[in-house]
Amino acid sequence: MAIPNRQKVALVGNPNSGKSSLFNQLTGLKQKIGNFPGVTVEKRSGITTLPDGSSMEVIDLPGIYSIYPRSLDEKIVAEILLDHHAPSTPDKVIVIADATNLKRGLLLLSQIVDIGLPTILALNMMDLVAKAGISYDIKNLSKKLGIPVIPINARMGIGLEELKKAISKPLACPSKSIFRIWDEAKAPVQELRDSLGVDNDYEAYQFLEQPKSLSFLSKKDQEVVNEVRERFHFFPGKFQGAETIQRYGFIQDLLNEVTLRQTDFSWKNYSRKIDRILTHKVWGYALFFAILFLIFQSIFAWATFPMDMIDLLFANLSRYLHSVLPAGPLSSLLADGIVPGIGGIVIFVPQIAILFAFISILEESGYMARVVFLMDKLMRKFGLNGKSVVPLMSGVACAIPAIMATRTIDNWKERTITIFVTPLMSCSARLPVFTILIALIVPEQKVLGFFNLQGIALMALYLLGFVAALGSAWVMKQIIRVKERSFLIMELPTYRVPRWTNVGYTIVEKTKAFVVEAGKIIMSISIVLWVLASYGPGDHIPKAREYVLAETQASPLSGKNLEDRIAAYKLEHSYAGVIGKALEPGIQPLGYDWKIGIALVTSFAAREVFVGTMATIYSIGSSAGDNAATIKTRMREEIDPLTGGPRFTPAVGFSLLVFYTFAMQCMSTLAVVYRETKGWKWPLLQLCYMTALAYVSAWIVFHVLS
Amino acid sequence: MSETPRNVSEMRPGDVGIIAGFTDEYLSVKLMEMGCLPGAPVRFNFKAPLGDPICISVSGYELSLRIEEAATISIVS
Repeated sequence: MAIPNRQKVALVGNPNSGKSSLFNQLTGLKQKIGNFPGVTVEKRSGITTLPDGSSMEVIDLPGIYSIYPRSLDEKIVAEILLDHHAPSTPDKVIVIADATNLKRGLLLLSQIVDIGLPTILALNMMDLVAKAGISYDIKNLSKKLGIPVIPINARMGIGLEELKKAISKPLACPSKSIFRIWDEAKAPVQELRDSLGVDNDYEAYQFLEQPKSLSFLSKKDQEVVNEVRERFHFFPGKFQGAETIQRYGFIQDLLNEVTLRQTDFSWKNYSRKIDRILTHKVWGYALFFAILFLIFQSIFAWATFPMDMIDLLFANLSRYLHSVLPAGPLSSLLADGIVPGIGGIVIFVPQIAILFAFISILEESGYMARVVFLMDKLMRKFGLNGKSVVPLMSGVACAIPAIMATRTIDNWKERTITIFVTPLMSCSARLPVFTILIALIVPEQKVLGFFNLQGIALMALYLLGFVAALGSAWVMKQIIRVKERSFLIMELPTYRVPRWTNVGYTIVEKTKAFVVEAGKIIMSISIVLWVLASYGPGDHIPKAREYVLAETQASPLSGKNLEDRIAAYKLEHSYAGVIGKALEPGIQPLGYDWKIGIALVTSFAAREVFVGTMATIYSIGSSAGDNAATIKTRMREEIDPLTGGPRFTPAVGFSLLVFYTFAMQCMSTLAVVYRETKGWKWPLLQLCYMTALAYVSAWIVFHVLS
Repeated sequence: MSETPRNVSEMRPGDVGIIAGFTDEYLSVKLMEMGCLPGAPVRFNFKAPLGDPICISVSGYELSLRIEEAATISIVS
């Protein structure tokens, strides 16, 4: 557990100021991801060791341009810094600023100094400052601001010792305020300080300005603030523009005084040259699609081997547990429920790690902002935002981290639409289902000499998911009407070589978040499904062996065949089987029978379970689950009792493929959507919409083809 | 084409102007935070391939904004 009186230091800075580099340098691997109490924003924190041997908790806050928030991520910063009496209140604040261009960094710093927490300014990118020929009078800057100023190079870890020394020293709250509060605001500010005991003028001023960032105040105190605001006719946002101008005035004077040698920004010219290619009307898009192609290729090519290894490992573990544990419901729960459940989560780790490696490289290099720049106009036609491209791209690996990535979209409507349609992008969990069904119904032959027909079918399914996502977004754009304005005022950062340790930390962090978040739900659902599949009404399950022996008296089975038949018999008579049979009338129009019904039930929690269920139900035995060829052969031999022909006709196969492309069969996604939208409305709508879309489309496909 | 641009959205690549003010109060706050200050020189760098958004340089930063947002920044040239 944390030492109760360990000091906390918060890291604040503009986006692209090198904040994550500094955080990683300070904390190394001693990081953890948690949640801020009461809100869904992730809290990255870690422990740093100070020169005197003591340690301190470092909290990494989302990148912001000012204390006035625009997106969900930014709101948390305002709340943390304005709440001076919570256990989570930082004892000290480090503001990190890009020293190659200090104006914006100093704007944020001046606001934080005024809030009155002990603050240190870390001037980052001092190497580039030297290269650009700029030089600052740091002593004077520190004197003028009234706080310690430490030059650092976060990428190389230079200046960290001095920074740590400065944090470990006792630090007084900044005494003088940079911003001179308007005369009109003085009376309400004074009243708030008297009635609520607010620490300083600017904090009280912020209470008046930001009614939406005060969730930390008690209901009663919020009412006091609202009452004071109304009585003095103080409109939030009234003076915000004027405040910014006043602050920039101060900053310009300050910079004139402390900048010893100014420079032009010609050192950034290389970045402009790169932009000429990367945002070119032909090359820009060509390169973007080439990069997308590379990412897909890598996800599927590089992840196959580790995924097969993980699959094998868990299958063996499950078998091993069966062999060493005494037979009984607990052992079965462990070996058939929990272990495969964990396996089902871990198997996605390689794909998620590779995806986030790419996303993090694209973000670190500054290219991601250009993707937003290239795609914004196209995406807006569909009610989305340039920033929706990242979640939609991530959705191909897994909808869970993708939906978490929508927090950067500051417009509520565009964010909600992005969350809503992202699960339509074909995620990696659909891949095993696609692979086996395509192998079953699409002949393996070449078209035009080198295109693999099965490969084309697979690509068509991905495309189908993408088109459905865009189409649904367009429909939602017409339905949802809100007054909130959408804007895209975004920095195009200078291109930089990615910092590989930052890429590494991102991979670890995102993968961990996925394993924990999705893991919790997949685990509990797998236990429920295990119960459904292991127990049933009547005595069919405990006496399955006798029933099967009686059934097969005419042609007795032996050894493995008998065991497999018993397993299939048990599944058929379990609650899952009962539900599957009950579903049959409903899914018959799509061409499915109760066996497919059982697979639909079991894959409700996670789609990939389809393959394993098919294996069990066709008596191949779950141990052969990884042997796709066996399942394929068995499924091909399955006869439809009504027609006498094969069960899996192309019509049924394509109908199933389309069903799996559209259906929302992922409990974890629903849980993440619930968390992100703070209610059941959107996840339930999403579930109904996607199920209906899947059903209707599958029905159309089945009837057109048969 | 010879008319002098009155706001950033009317500028052409390479044009430089001085920010005179803003016509939209809500956006002006965000724009100023990002470095678009009255009196600051602004350079129109290039458009996205589909014509929107655009990239400008102001206060030493490269910003991307939509045409409709650029139209709220009045300039004198």
